[in-house]
Amino acid sequence: MIAVLTIFLLCLCVITALGVVRAGNLFTAVMLMGIYSLLMAAVFLLLDAPDVALTEAAVGAGISTVLLLSALSLTAEEEHAGGIEPVLAAAVVLITAAIIFYATFDKPPLGDPDAPVHRHVAADYVPMTQEQVDIPNVVTAVLATFRGYDTLGEVVVVLTAAIGVLFLIGPDAPQGRHAPSGNLAEGGLKHHQPLRIVGKIAIPFIILFALYVQFHGEYSPGGGFQAGALLAAAIILYGLLEGRHAAASVIHPAVLRTMAAGGALLFGGVGVTTMLLGGRFLEYNVLRDDPIDAQHLGILVIEAGVGVTVAGVLILIYHAFAARGRP
Amino acid sequence: MNLVPHLPALQVVLPLLVAPILVLLRDARLCWLAALATSVTGLCIAIAITGQVLDGETLRYAMGGWAEPHGIGLRVDELSTVLLLVVNGASTLALLGGRASLLEQVGEPRQNLLFAAWLLAVAGLSGILVSADAFNIFVFMEISSLASYILIAGGPSRRALPAVFKYLIAGTVGATFYLIGVGMVFMMTGTLNISDMELRLAEVGDTNVIIVAAGFITIGLALKAAVFPLHAWMPNAYAFSPHIVTAFIAACSTKVALYVLLRMDFFVFQKNLVNHEWQFAFVLMPLAAFGILFGSIAAVFEQNIKRALAFSSLAQIGYILLGASLITVAGFNAAVLHLFNHALAKGALFLAVAGIGMRFAHLRLDEVRGAGRRMPWTLTAFAVAGLSLVGIPGTAGFVSKWALILAVLDRGGLGVALLVLIIVSSLLAVVYVGRIVEALWFGEPAGKDQAVREAPPMMLVATWIAVAANLWFGLDASLPGELAGRAAEDFLRHLP
Repeated sequence: MIAVLTIFLLCLCVITALGVVRAGNLFTAVMLMGIYSLLMAAVFLLLDAPDVALTEAAVGAGISTVLLLSALSLTAEEEHAGGIEPVLAAAVVLITAAIIFYATFDKPPLGDPDAPVHRHVAADYVPMTQEQVDIPNVVTAVLATFRGYDTLGEVVVVLTAAIGVLFLIGPDAPQGRHAPSGNLAEGGLKHHQPLRIVGKIAIPFIILFALYVQFHGEYSPGGGFQAGALLAAAIILYGLLEGRHAAASVIHPAVLRTMAAGGALLFGGVGVTTMLLGGRFLEYNVLRDDPIDAQHLGILVIEAGVGVTVAGVLILIYHAFAARGRP
Repeated sequence: MNLVPHLPALQVVLPLLVAPILVLLRDARLCWLAALATSVTGLCIAIAITGQVLDGETLRYAMGGWAEPHGIGLRVDELSTVLLLVVNGASTLALLGGRASLLEQVGEPRQNLLFAAWLLAVAGLSGILVSADAFNIFVFMEISSLASYILIAGGPSRRALPAVFKYLIAGTVGATFYLIGVGMVFMMTGTLNISDMELRLAEVGDTNVIIVAAGFITIGLALKAAVFPLHAWMPNAYAFSPHIVTAFIAACSTKVALYVLLRMDFFVFQKNLVNHEWQFAFVLMPLAAFGILFGSIAAVFEQNIKRALAFSSLAQIGYILLGASLITVAGFNAAVLHLFNHALAKGALFLAVAGIGMRFAHLRLDEVRGAGRRMPWTLTAFAVAGLSLVGIPGTAGFVSKWALILAVLDRGGLGVALLVLIIVSSLLAVVYVGRIVEALWFGEPAGKDQAVREAPPMMLVATWIAVAANLWFGLDASLPGELAGRAAEDFLRHLP
């Protein structure tokens, strides 16, 4: 049954992807990409990967759609006709797909308990999590402690994205244009009462859910990345409804900058602290006398750092786009 | 607290955590000072690590206190050390000389973001070099790539944006291919740790999945390393980025990608792909040969100095790859030596070009004619570094080219053909370096260039330190020679 459902969803994914490629209207393409992400999130859920599903839904379907829409408000809605015939590109894509397909002939069957991925490191993570970290969600244990250094790297990637956007189209960038008043980003949807009312009702629940995902990540799917994206979605939604300045008055862009950098510093600061206490970088065990308590403390703090940076960066990127007018 | 065991971690963590602080600072001068201080400290750490590695240690560090393969390990050996010196050295020299040039080309308000991105690039590249984990390498590849795109996009010309967009697409495809390959290897081995991968691949080395994974990893990294014919993003990315950024990026960015390529292909896959041992050598060797030839010829016909040097880099990457694809100890030794020596030569050349770029708006050969008469120090530096690029005895370039020639001659008939190739491309290098030097020294000045004067003192100091390094390591190659020799012995242990 699950296999049938998964195949059905994957077929829908392919159709949606073709739709994105074929769509001449960029607005349509963005919407289809949101649908694609939502379908993928459902597939991940069926494959028993709820953490990945939540991320895909929050980031792929949620935030990236909103950011692409704000980018779209700066450019034309229709794709340029003509250009290069994408025959060669299509051929390359097809060949690559065929090669990946060929590779799958030897791969262990889906869900095989004897597959190498389940027999080696991953098999040890379950008892290690129970004995040495003592939290129910193994995924959180892997991301936050066993491979916490990777997660710090990913947080820095997110921060780097914000640095790039600020560098290219931020307030200090050359040829910065301010949006003319009357621009959608400036005024929001003030004249669309139903949207405003329904949207505003949703915001407190999104924020509450963000906090839940943030602090419940040790027990259920979620964590800083998803929570940060959700919090950002709430603020950006407010900005879309009431205009950019209303969103800026909730959290000022200068504060956002501090959040973006501060979260990464908080995460890295935990690592420096553990070094000073005589441990390795990000070795939470030394934070407290009881190693399990110490792991909990470390994970709590670094997840907070992740959430703060992700929320700060995403809202900053929204502001950077919203503050630019149509050329 | 004893810092010594933490050195491999500090090499990455220090720039990684100073960068967010720079985002919050506003003062351009303070940001430059902080970036320079961090970079100098990074170079000191790299030198300290080199000392330890020369004592015969392979440095290891367990991130988070979790032992490999469950946790992420850091591992620094001779091969990584060579490039740690290159990355941190290039960053330090470029920052030392580059403040005025960066202020002029990028503008004052964005200096904090620029230097934050700079340190992130340093942290990303260093993070790749010290990592013992294939996925961790991907994470730091993302950091260094994103940061490099930002740095290149800072170029004053609008054409920097399409150039960087092309690089972004190529780089993303490359990184994604690498990730697909690593994912496939993970599927078949259950591990992401490189040494563990090497062991566990032995059982599954003949499966389709691993063969395809090796292909994806090789192509992805070749794209990032600008191996011919996947170099299309490189010339414009080098040409339109701020001059100082070019000096930094050209010296180390493609080489770090090449490092990962060598690490994965020759240390992990080579002995495990039974009946496919030929695939790296026989795929990479012709690419290297074509790259050497194409890059040298394109450089000869190029009018823009920076683009000419970018094409020359394509040829030099070919030399490095050629050495490795011989699959002999001598060949690998030459490849590692050339990684180091080419970074010295190209870094010095681009620093000199940055000096010229401060006095001329366009770096086309017909516009900079006769510049040498007004800025003799910069142009002498360019000429000496050019000699190193060509491979004249007494310079660093000669050491590695000679090692490469000896290595190819071991290969009999094929070796003679390759020798001819190296000689032809060296002669072409004489031509393309020669015509730039000729235009700069002997060309008639275009007239109204009274304003042209010598480059600022800091720039000259940085350029000449780089030139001096070319001469020093040309006369006494014991440090890179020792490191490369040991890296080659290590390479031998990973062969079937």
